[in-house]
Amino acid sequence: MDGQTFPIQIKGLRDGLLITIGNGEWATLESALLEQIHAQQSFFQGARIALDVGSQILRVNELVALRDRLSDRGISLWAVLSESPTTEKTAQLLGLATRISKPRPEEARQFAVDDLGDATALFLAKTLRSGMRIEFPGHVVVVGDVNPGAEIVAGGNVLVWGRVRGMIHAGAKGNTSAYICALDLSPTQLRIADEVSAVLRPQNNPRPEIARLNKEGKLQSAPWEPS
Amino acid sequence: MSAKIVTMTSGKGGVGKTTAVANIAVALASTGARVCCIDGDIGLRNLDVVMGLENRIVYDIVDVIEGRCRLRQAMIRDKRLPELYLIPAAQTRDKSAVSPSDMVRLGEELRNEVDWVLIDSPAGIERGFRNAIAAADQVLVITNPEVSAVRDADRVIGLLEAEEKGNPFLIINRLNPSMVRNHDMLSAEDVLDLLAIRLIGIVPEDENVIVGTNRGAPIALEAKSMAGQAFRNIAQRLLGQDVPFLELDNRGGFWARLQRIAGRK
Repeated sequence: MDGQTFPIQIKGLRDGLLITIGNGEWATLESALLEQIHAQQSFFQGARIALDVGSQILRVNELVALRDRLSDRGISLWAVLSESPTTEKTAQLLGLATRISKPRPEEARQFAVDDLGDATALFLAKTLRSGMRIEFPGHVVVVGDVNPGAEIVAGGNVLVWGRVRGMIHAGAKGNTSAYICALDLSPTQLRIADEVSAVLRPQNNPRPEIARLNKEGKLQSAPWEPS
Repeated sequence: MSAKIVTMTSGKGGVGKTTAVANIAVALASTGARVCCIDGDIGLRNLDVVMGLENRIVYDIVDVIEGRCRLRQAMIRDKRLPELYLIPAAQTRDKSAVSPSDMVRLGEELRNEVDWVLIDSPAGIERGFRNAIAAADQVLVITNPEVSAVRDADRVIGLLEAEEKGNPFLIINRLNPSMVRNHDMLSAEDVLDLLAIRLIGIVPEDENVIVGTNRGAPIALEAKSMAGQAFRNIAQRLLGQDVPFLELDNRGGFWARLQRIAGRK
């Protein structure tokens, strides 16, 4: 089905699907929507949808009819977004939401940086908590801790001005000269290029350390010495 | 007068969310505040049992949201404290019966009725958790001094940050001072060190908490209990008072205690 020629657009949301309906006669649009749902039954099965109807004015009976038809198809209508106050009122009358919350900031963030070479670094002035994953093609600098359960995957080096207790992968695209340094390096796991190390012990007296691959290609960490 | 909505959450199950909600609610209500608890664990309701109000349930939260009763009808009055109420969860439905916007609406309605709304979140970070935090002005994250519970608390704090829910407060529940002394348990400092949010209470391990839970009589009602005192202190801190933390480790010499006190602030 070609979305371009269709007055209906479908977008995934955090808690359902957002269906935007273009302008036109309601009856036509409604049947077009139902047709599309019919064509992709398995996709819509059990879906929870928010409908953006633009400036369309909808009466209670129309909305009720649509809700029933959707629910016959195993779809629950959860919100109706509209520029028309009449439609909004109708939706509220039916106990539907008329606003959807803003999308949640993505937890696994990927940054696209092109053609900036080796000089690119991502600077994060916060503690990375369990479940957060940062992926970046260049270097990553964190001012804060990397807690257990957090992950950093960087194409370049990783510097942490804080404690590392999570997982860090430097030189993720195979750069064997990448390094990881931190004020306190007690990770659950470190990776540089294709090397994985899980044998780093928690430190009693944390001091700045730098981890890199030694001549044999093994991951090794050493205290940082001012030179 | 507009109520403050406080949600208790943890990520991991079994760390004491429900017990803490019941106890803090009792403690707040004994200061004369009007308090309403909401059990957000739809399908697995417990708060009514812990508060000893199980046999009074007529309507539940889903009845309010779906318009089968008025808000006041679903608010069960506590048998001990006149201004303590409970809106129980529905046992025969699941989390999808309520949406975050329903919770916001319910919260707004409750603001005019009471001074404090305490919401008990289900375990997990899915729909039930989203529902529970939707209306919150303040989130309390509760954890045990165990690596797994702390890891989940950290995840929840991260999610709360992503939702821009303000700074959550931390409760460390079931701390066993003698185990901490023998290095068999994380200390409060270890937990705080990792989570790095404001600590609002440390509750010592106490088997009487379980007795109270089973009897439907929250321990905060018992003047002599240490755990009860810890919950009362949390309530006082929520009310904005500066209450010193309990001296849980009452062994060791005078000098050791003095050092601990000096080292704490």
